[in-house]
Amino acid sequence: MIELALAVGQTQTPEAVMFWILAPLTVAAAFGMLLVKKAVHSAILMASVMINLAIFYIAQDALFLGIVQIVVYTGAVMMLFLFILMLVGVDSSDSLTETITGLRPIAITAAVGFGGLMVSLLSRATLGRSAVGLQVANENGNVKGIAQLLFSTYVWPFEVVSALLITAALGAMVLAHHQRLQTRPTQRELSTERFRGISLANAAGLPAPGVFARHNAVDVPALLPDGSPAANSVNATLEARGDMLNSGAFELGKIDTSAGEEK
Amino acid sequence: MTTSNSLVYLIALPLLGAIILILAGRRADKWGHILGTLMSASSFVVGLYQLSQMLGRSNQARPVTQKLFEWISVGTFKVDAALLLDQLSICFVLLITGVGTLIHIYSISYMSHDHDRRRFFAYLNLFIAAMLLLVLGNSYLNLYVGWEGVGLASYLLIGFWNQKPAYATASKKAFVMNRIGDMGLSFAIMIAFASVGTVSFEGIKEHVHHTSTGALTAIGIMLLVAATGKSAQFPLQAWLGDAMAGPTPVSALIHAATMVTAGVYLITRSSFIFDAAPTAQLLVVIVGAITLLFGALIGTAKDDIKKALAASTMSQIGYMILGAGLGPVGYAFAIMHLLTHGFFKAGMFLGAGSVMHGMNDEVNMRKYGALRKFMPITFATFGLGYLAILGVPPFAGFYSKDMIIETAFNSGGTKGIILGSVTLLGAGITAFYMTRVMILTFTGKSRWDEEVHPHESPLLMWLPMAVLAIGSVSSGFLLSRGDALVNWLAPLFEEHGEHSELLKPIVVSGLALMMVAIGVAIAFLKYSRQEVASVAPEDVSVFTKIARQDLMQDRFNEAVFMRPGQHLTQVLVKTDEAVIDGAVRGVGQMAMGSGALLRGVQSGFVRSYAALILVGAVLLIAAIWVVTN
Amino acid sequence: MDAANYLYLSVLLFTIGAVGVVVRRNAIVVFMCIELMLNAANLAFVTFSRINGDLNGQVVAFFTMVVAACEVVVGLAIIVTIYRSRRSASVDDASLLKR
Repeated sequence: MIELALAVGQTQTPEAVMFWILAPLTVAAAFGMLLVKKAVHSAILMASVMINLAIFYIAQDALFLGIVQIVVYTGAVMMLFLFILMLVGVDSSDSLTETITGLRPIAITAAVGFGGLMVSLLSRATLGRSAVGLQVANENGNVKGIAQLLFSTYVWPFEVVSALLITAALGAMVLAHHQRLQTRPTQRELSTERFRGISLANAAGLPAPGVFARHNAVDVPALLPDGSPAANSVNATLEARGDMLNSGAFELGKIDTSAGEEK
Repeated sequence: MTTSNSLVYLIALPLLGAIILILAGRRADKWGHILGTLMSASSFVVGLYQLSQMLGRSNQARPVTQKLFEWISVGTFKVDAALLLDQLSICFVLLITGVGTLIHIYSISYMSHDHDRRRFFAYLNLFIAAMLLLVLGNSYLNLYVGWEGVGLASYLLIGFWNQKPAYATASKKAFVMNRIGDMGLSFAIMIAFASVGTVSFEGIKEHVHHTSTGALTAIGIMLLVAATGKSAQFPLQAWLGDAMAGPTPVSALIHAATMVTAGVYLITRSSFIFDAAPTAQLLVVIVGAITLLFGALIGTAKDDIKKALAASTMSQIGYMILGAGLGPVGYAFAIMHLLTHGFFKAGMFLGAGSVMHGMNDEVNMRKYGALRKFMPITFATFGLGYLAILGVPPFAGFYSKDMIIETAFNSGGTKGIILGSVTLLGAGITAFYMTRVMILTFTGKSRWDEEVHPHESPLLMWLPMAVLAIGSVSSGFLLSRGDALVNWLAPLFEEHGEHSELLKPIVVSGLALMMVAIGVAIAFLKYSRQEVASVAPEDVSVFTKIARQDLMQDRFNEAVFMRPGQHLTQVLVKTDEAVIDGAVRGVGQMAMGSGALLRGVQSGFVRSYAALILVGAVLLIAAIWVVTN
Repeated sequence: MDAANYLYLSVLLFTIGAVGVVVRRNAIVVFMCIELMLNAANLAFVTFSRINGDLNGQVVAFFTMVVAACEVVVGLAIIVTIYRSRRSASVDDASLLKR
């Protein structure tokens, strides 16, 4: 810690300025990830952490990695995260109360121990040794330098990693693939089934959702003639996710304007 | 030593028969008995062939061996599965296969109404194979295999009608008592290996002079224990009477002619050990003497014809054991008595079976009487066997038994006089109880129930009886003519020196015949002159009562061994439960307890596992921190 | 400025990521925390590269990114599959292993 304080005191270079501004931001964003309730917010904070890291990479003469970090991580990977979040439910927010007894104290104690020990080890290992710097290594440009290593020393791991990527893509496809046990019913079969069924109640199709045009009402059940909400007018996924609004709130005569804002 | 490739067929043929009959199951019901008989008969033919080969060789070159395969090879301990056929084994081979085949033929008819006749023949063949292995093995270990094999066959056959609980118990009793003897044999083998380093007859015979008398005595006593178990000698005699639960052909073959004489074979085969261990030899004589009186006394009180004959068997084997215990001078006579006894006792058992066959399986002699008229052939063959066992000249028993009595008298000193008197007394009692059997069964007035219609047995049954009767008449004369058997066996045994001649043979014969005459006369007075009650009278002397209860042998065993054994077992069970099971359960409970504790960790929550990994990482880094400090 | 400061930052981010994996229940957030740990490691690699003056560290970081990408693809597919059958993205709901 004393060394850290000394380092703060020695802030002189532009890099140091950048570091002491961005590093607290990064740590704060990372902490935020843990503390916010909504997964989307976590994802945004994660993206900011990654952008900060990209800047750190560039600041440390790792231009290529910095760009890749932004393109691959902040671009592709975080998009993928957001995409899945949309699929699973953007709005669902987590409760932060711990359900497993004693887990949180254990985790925090372990984390503090881990961090403390690592910092202690690091300080022991690196103190008194100044960085060599990459001026020499990056003589022909960072990209060329990395390319030279990648296609000479690391060509075999490089190829293996490409195989890993393909395998992962295939794996994801297999996992996401939904095995259909029967052939998909045709339009004709569906309509036959509808009319030959026990009840003709839904023969004309399920009721459409929505009460009023003033509201994007795909999550609001339609009202039946007797005034009760028709549950089967809303998509089953929305219902299962608990995103269905109470159509009673839109009943004629007592329009509750706050119901729309609640979402 | 001459080798041969055909010895194995002696055993293989009946063994093959047993395997086929057991594996074929009910499919073989129609022809199983014929196959079994053929296998036994072909083994007998192989035996005759071997005899003819043997007769063609000089005296010293007669033994032949056949090595089957290397059985055990551990360090210096090497045992081959090998067969040895010498002058002694050939006698047994011919007795076993010959009498065995006759009894197979007899059983075809005797067991014809039995649902499981095929299984019976399978067991009989198994017995023949095991008994042949017993007498053909060239080492104690090979002998042991056959020894256990005949024990198994005996167990299976005594309990052949195991649907009756009493019979099943009888087979179990025979098996358990035989185990005690078998334990003796296994100890003998172990001691032999430990002290001599080999278990083959040949090897031990060579080393016997370099071995301490103590070790030889121990081996001898253990062999004697084995012999008492298998041959129903004192003190392991109690199983033989109950073994009569088996079908009568079994009693004739296994419990009269062959298996029970295995003890005599064992002692004779081990002559080189007993000759070098006088203490063990003395014990053999004592056991033989006790048993011959013991069996004879039981025989006087038995009303069950088979049990009377079983008691007689016990007594006659006592003679053989006594003869074998007298040393080189007695071995040949023991074997001779064994062979003649094989004929006349098997014949009498078959006769008893024939009587039972005609009397609705009644075994109580008090329910017989006057059967002479109804079963003339049975009476004739049984009568010849009777004369043979009594030792009436010129029947078989006269030659063999008188030789033993004479040898006993001439064994020297007080011992000779005691042994001679015992054997003479035994001869007298034998005459008494055998006459009693004859009178109760065949003469006097009929005492059977009304629904019984006695009739003569069919040809297949009386033919073997007739053949055995011929043997009972002639075998003694043929075997002793010109000392045929003695000279035949002589190369196997040590030369015996001159022995004192206390009594001349003619005197001994006269004494024996006198005793026999007295025994017959008493029996005649007691059972022929008076009316015989069809129910055993209760107001008899205390001696009769004791004799009826097999001289208290079962009570003794129960009081001295069984009850304390049971108590010991109960104590051991409790100890086992408390201490050993307690320890085992304790270990189990410890494992379960620690498992229950650790199960809490396995919550199924991924996050708790992740937390554990994190804790592990912290510990690892802490270790690095400490190490690099 | 001492390059070691980046390492301290890396340790801090890694620790935060580790805590996140243990503490958060939403599978996607847990996953993001794993990504955070990987990125923290990457930062350390880049810093080591600078300290040692050669580009090996950067190449390793590059490989880490590829592996992380693979992991994200498969991991998210697993999350989707679990979500499809359980209608839940909570890692605590997939705790049938103990039963």
